[in-house]
Amino acid sequence: MKRPRLSLALVKVVLLCLLDAAAIWGIILLGVRGSYALLASLGIGTLLINFVSFSKRAYPLRYLLPGLVFLFGMVVYPIVYTVYISTTNTQTGHILTRAQVMEQLGQRTYAPTEARTFSSAVYQDEDELLRVLLTGANGELLLSEGDRFKDIEPDNPLLVRDDQGTIVAIGDFQLLNLGGLYSVLGQLETELFAYGDTFLKVLSVREFTEVLPLYAFDETTGVLTNLETGVTYEHVEGTFTAPDGSVIEPGFRVSVGARNYTDILTDEGIRSDFLRVFTWTVLWSLFSVLFSFAIGLGVAMLLNDPYIHGRMFYRSIMIIPYAIPAFISALVWLGLFNTDAGAINRILIDLFGSAAKVPWLQHPIWAKVMLIFVNTWMTFPYMMIISLGALQSIPSGIYEAARIDGASGLQRFSRITMPLLLISVAPLLIGSFAFTFNNFTVVFLMTGGRPPVLDAATPAGATDILISWTYRIAFQGVRGNQLALASAIAVIIFVIIATISAINFRFTKALEDVHRGV
Amino acid sequence: MCIAVYRRHGLAGLIVRHALIWLVIVFALFPVVWIVSASFNPTNSLQTQQLIPRNPTLQHYRTLFTDPNVPFLRWLLNTLKISGITAVGTVILCALGAYAFSRFRFTGRRTGLLGLLIVQMFPQMLAMVAIYLLLLAISEYIPSFGLNTHPGLILVYLGGAMGFNTWFMKGYFDTIPRSLEESAMVDGATPFRAFIRIIIPLARPILAVVLIIQFITSYGEYILASILLRGTEMYTLSVGLRFFTQEAYSRRWGTFAAAAIIGALMILAIFLPLQRMIISGLTGGAVKE
Repeated sequence: MKRPRLSLALVKVVLLCLLDAAAIWGIILLGVRGSYALLASLGIGTLLINFVSFSKRAYPLRYLLPGLVFLFGMVVYPIVYTVYISTTNTQTGHILTRAQVMEQLGQRTYAPTEARTFSSAVYQDEDELLRVLLTGANGELLLSEGDRFKDIEPDNPLLVRDDQGTIVAIGDFQLLNLGGLYSVLGQLETELFAYGDTFLKVLSVREFTEVLPLYAFDETTGVLTNLETGVTYEHVEGTFTAPDGSVIEPGFRVSVGARNYTDILTDEGIRSDFLRVFTWTVLWSLFSVLFSFAIGLGVAMLLNDPYIHGRMFYRSIMIIPYAIPAFISALVWLGLFNTDAGAINRILIDLFGSAAKVPWLQHPIWAKVMLIFVNTWMTFPYMMIISLGALQSIPSGIYEAARIDGASGLQRFSRITMPLLLISVAPLLIGSFAFTFNNFTVVFLMTGGRPPVLDAATPAGATDILISWTYRIAFQGVRGNQLALASAIAVIIFVIIATISAINFRFTKALEDVHRGV
Repeated sequence: MCIAVYRRHGLAGLIVRHALIWLVIVFALFPVVWIVSASFNPTNSLQTQQLIPRNPTLQHYRTLFTDPNVPFLRWLLNTLKISGITAVGTVILCALGAYAFSRFRFTGRRTGLLGLLIVQMFPQMLAMVAIYLLLLAISEYIPSFGLNTHPGLILVYLGGAMGFNTWFMKGYFDTIPRSLEESAMVDGATPFRAFIRIIIPLARPILAVVLIIQFITSYGEYILASILLRGTEMYTLSVGLRFFTQEAYSRRWGTFAAAAIIGALMILAIFLPLQRMIISGLTGGAVKE
């Protein structure tokens, strides 16, 4: 191996130095914010890159690493994370971590009954920094400095008064008028200022009030006490709950073990939704594959016939449904299937009278028929292509022998063509089944899972397949985003797909390739 | 070609066969003809569209590109940008990985291949919740790669494309004889030089297949784009097109039709001339033609 040129080696070192510098800066930043998981992954990643760049043994990794980063970051990690979320209670109201919620609760305050109030004036300098001056009931003055207030003497030289004695400026800071006050009020409202051992915050446009922290948390007992009411809250599954059942929002994310899975299996509402959606998902994939394969194979046999002229031309036309992106075809068909105005119902009514108006989108059965029809339309060209390829690989000698033995056309098809065809096509059919199983685009764009099922416990419509049901639970639920339940269903789909793929492995030689070390 | 399977048909047989073929063609082209007609039909309504438009017009196409309420051009450009970058990135990253798997022998290679094979079976979109939360977290630190950004979506797509394509390219690289690189390395080339100068030119067909398939895949991707992109200006065509159909579908039918046709033509223009190549890729080489 030739030594790399010196200039190239130099470029490499310089680039790595820059990268490391950026990484160290990032690590410091993350350390300050306390995001230790991200910090660790950044640190390990940087070390790995340095190792790979200099180690002779890790030479192949220089080629693999760029792709692996994406594969791990965007596929492997999300899969592992999905499994993790499925064992938590992550959902609207429980999105934040415990630390984030504790920080939020620590910011909450209440005004004690005998709270002192202050009249306030706000001053702003050229850099739009703010200072607040408070005047107490006895005329004492408090001036803000960062996030605290400090006493200030009325004769402090910083204070600039006009003829009426109003303080119009503090040093470089000028008094804000009412309009200016309203524009900074939002910013001030979020701030909590310390003053001695109490806190001060905005009460109204021109007033501040004394407040106290609302909650006290006892680390050893895990009890959160509301200092205003004296009510104690104990932690129950990610929510601080009082003895009378009232809770503090927001809750946080905690592990709930296998509960999302047992819910799917035992909770009556979720279970019946799951079974209904699962059954339809299987039927939908099965019928789509069967019909499109039947049509595709039929067309392939017609087009494989050397006595038919224009076969290439026909083939090119028939491939069009497969070439059009699914999201476009689905929406086009949706228009054609429109119950009131769509072309299909108009044709049906012309042919059979007004009784033939079919409620394609309103009736569960018709909606399912429509979906299978459209998916068959989209995939039959694929089936045609793979069947054509497989038909041409069947040696013709077999047919001649069969013909001499007096086999009929049907016998030749069922005893020779089908078995030999299936050997090469079966893995592709199973693959197609697995793909259709998760064919979100067609279902979601056409029916969005509708028509709705009235007694459903979750957002599961009559035509929802598992993946669209997952999507709706996660992002379109009436009861907020139930991310954990959605993840649990996604994991179940993973298992189903893995099983299908394992079966499919038996048909392909990919695994042999790995074992032979090709 | 297995001539012996088929015999010369009588006239009746020929007519029946051609009739069947034409039946399937009508089935295949039914929505296509209808939508092409709608795009030239002066009426914008689903209800009153006639199959053969009386006064054909280009009005709907003009609306797409001139009406400020219809950000069709923006969506189209977004889609081309995202799919293009993803496709090029996929080819580069997967070619590097496939070369290592094909040519180097290192510890963990077999495990790596098996892992790749298993990972590529899982549809990435199943992890949509995790990907959403991941990009939400990224948004906090690097907003330009987080939720509702194109770079964020491209990163997600690139990850999803690695498994299958690396595996697929590796299979092709295995068929390129090693002797070519070996002689180059004897002449003093580094493995990387051999990769760039010898493997890449010889592997051009597979690089093109991966480029095109990945472009088509990203172009048509709906679910992740719809979760990750929020602002109308950020949409890809697949997310945006739906908005023609949401309210008043039946009154924007013509505009939608024109958009559908332009959107489909982008892909048809690539797919139809290169169909053999693409299909051999989509079936993973399982079917020889």
